[in-house]
Amino acid sequence: MPIKTSDQSFTTRLKESEADKFMQRAVAKAQDAQWDKRTSSREDLGNWPQWRELGEQIRQHVIRYLPDYLERFSNNVEARGGHVFFASTDEEASSYIQQIAVDLDAHHIVKSKSMVTTEIDLDKKLLELPDRTLLESDLAEFILQEDDFDEPTHIVFPTLHKNRDQIQTIFQKIGYTGSNDPQEMARFARKYLRASFLEADMGITGCNFAVAENGLINLVTNEGNADLVMAIPKTQVVVMGMERLVPTMQEAAVLDTMLARSAVGQRMTSYATFCGPAMPDEIDGPENFYVVILDNGRSNALGGQFEQVLQCIRCGACLNVCPVYRHIGGHGYGSIYPGPIGAVLSPVLRGYELFGDLPFASSLCGACSETCPVKIPLHELLIKHRAVMNDRLKLDHSFNNTVMHGIGMATGTPPMFRMALDVDHAMSGAMVKHDAPTVENFSNHNGYFIHAPGMAKGWTDSRDLPRPPKHKENFRSWFKHHQEASHD
Amino acid sequence: MKVAIFSTCIMDLLFPNVGIAMVEVLERFGCETAMPVKQICCGQPTYNSGYINDTQKVMHNEIDALLSVDADYIVGPAGSCVAMLKEYPHHLANDPQYADKAQMLADKTYEFSQFVYRVLHVENAGAELNATATYHRSCHMTRLLGERTSPFELLKHVQGLTMIPLPHLENCCGFGGMFSVKEPEISRQMVDEKVDSVLSTEAEVLISCDQACLMNIAGRFNRRGETIKIMHLAEVLNSNVDPSRITYNTDATLVAGGGTYADQNI
Repeated sequence: MPIKTSDQSFTTRLKESEADKFMQRAVAKAQDAQWDKRTSSREDLGNWPQWRELGEQIRQHVIRYLPDYLERFSNNVEARGGHVFFASTDEEASSYIQQIAVDLDAHHIVKSKSMVTTEIDLDKKLLELPDRTLLESDLAEFILQEDDFDEPTHIVFPTLHKNRDQIQTIFQKIGYTGSNDPQEMARFARKYLRASFLEADMGITGCNFAVAENGLINLVTNEGNADLVMAIPKTQVVVMGMERLVPTMQEAAVLDTMLARSAVGQRMTSYATFCGPAMPDEIDGPENFYVVILDNGRSNALGGQFEQVLQCIRCGACLNVCPVYRHIGGHGYGSIYPGPIGAVLSPVLRGYELFGDLPFASSLCGACSETCPVKIPLHELLIKHRAVMNDRLKLDHSFNNTVMHGIGMATGTPPMFRMALDVDHAMSGAMVKHDAPTVENFSNHNGYFIHAPGMAKGWTDSRDLPRPPKHKENFRSWFKHHQEASHD
Repeated sequence: MKVAIFSTCIMDLLFPNVGIAMVEVLERFGCETAMPVKQICCGQPTYNSGYINDTQKVMHNEIDALLSVDADYIVGPAGSCVAMLKEYPHHLANDPQYADKAQMLADKTYEFSQFVYRVLHVENAGAELNATATYHRSCHMTRLLGERTSPFELLKHVQGLTMIPLPHLENCCGFGGMFSVKEPEISRQMVDEKVDSVLSTEAEVLISCDQACLMNIAGRFNRRGETIKIMHLAEVLNSNVDPSRITYNTDATLVAGGGTYADQNI
């Protein structure tokens, strides 16, 4: 599946998300559980603000010197006998990997979880080849695959939107006869996958971090499936975003612990592996080792106002704290990268025509910026996207655009605002509902609005709006009177 | 000391009760207050919507207006709007005419509760409110202004008041300024969850330091026909005050303001 997961409009996706009560409950439950786990694992570590500073420094340093680290890394991969391919587009990357499968006559492909391979729609590309099998070996990705490559809705928990009954039904298609007990289903999947590992002749993994100093690939998982993908097949292909580098093993260690704590609230994942081609003195590991380094829009951010988005280590913590994601889920965003990071990244990678709605889908509460382990100011970047669309590209041609310019004028011109203060109570008479409000101290000036025109309709569709006071009862009038009284 | 009131557009337009309470509390603690009349709005409606160009004039006006009064401090009744003023030096860093003024403004601007607690060093404001209440912590006050404790410290000493913790305190109420009208479907779901959280406490009063959040939550409460009373913290601290109850904290380490979302919490 490419970056875009849906052809429906944003409004339609929102409606569908709201109707999916199971998904909403599941997301809320996961967010709440993660809140506690993440917080306590960060507290255990201690000095979290300083760790964040360090994480930010490491990532910013790498991005500043990205060409140098890419060169160093690729030289080191080649020195170990591996191959490096720089792909500027998704198509280049997936075609290259397809060609490897053809050239090496690889027929049984196993994969571990990788967002970047989802981004380049690799599975479908490989399955276009005759006589190939391909298996996603991460449990959640396996479930998605068996459900006709359903869209992932979270970058760390891709099947957050599925319940155990749905998974049971999906597994029944491949011969499962057991109950909806998660353990029993996981055992079934394990057995099913194990057979595929043993016959696999090509493994594909993503990459959490690529170590420049030695050309090794760092992967962290909890299922151990990535280790089998690396260890068993003769050929391993690693696909990585071009920003995914660290200078040395030391920085990998720092970021691994921050990633594990931020993503799943663990001190460390069950498996943290560094791998490369099998060296002469090693008994296992791939004989053929390929690294595909992908741009696919990332360089749009380099050197510009969105560069900080490249600091991301894909922990998903911003999704786990986002009150918007909590309600609209991954499906609402329509991108394989949902949540706050997705709302910043998706337009950088693919532009505003596809993803221009996303930066507005935020209340700017700042929970994302606060939790980000590498200090990406996500909500500020969302405002920057809005500014590019409204100030620079002037994409909004609706009446709202005129209203916003009007608000700018009124809030910057004292006489206009004074006029608003003068007329608002009297003008509003006809639209006011005079019933006593059920909320005390909410609207103290003889009624409230249940309908309002224009943009304010968005408010009154679901909320009542207080009625403004008469001019002589507003704060400024009171203050003037108060001041005169105290000076008398 | 002289305090210029940063009235905020929402209070000016809709909630005189909040401003009156704030002024009365500040004067009770010896502040001389002034109300710069040319002030309008901090500029968030346009700035946060991506109309940065339109916001320049708004910020310039607000700076000129608030600095037109020779005051020691500028105090406002809204954590979000105050956080915006605190960000002016960042927004106007490349504005040769306004960069220095923006810094001057930011340096002496405080949100109401932090001013009372950290600058005036009030411990017990002398108030009494016989009720059960819960507190809504606004996102911008918490994460952008970095003020997490002052309101709770002040509420602790209100006689007769029983505070009940609000579940999911950390979640946004769905206001988000123009977000509430631009994305009404998402905003409604967020505020509904907030209303449910408040209802689950069975509190009689919902208190906050951001009247805009209160307007949002109360607007939904009212639409759903649910009952509650909303109060800005200033109104709580101005309730049935007995001056003999007033005490001051002696903690000299209470540094005022400071911090951003980055370093305050996990």
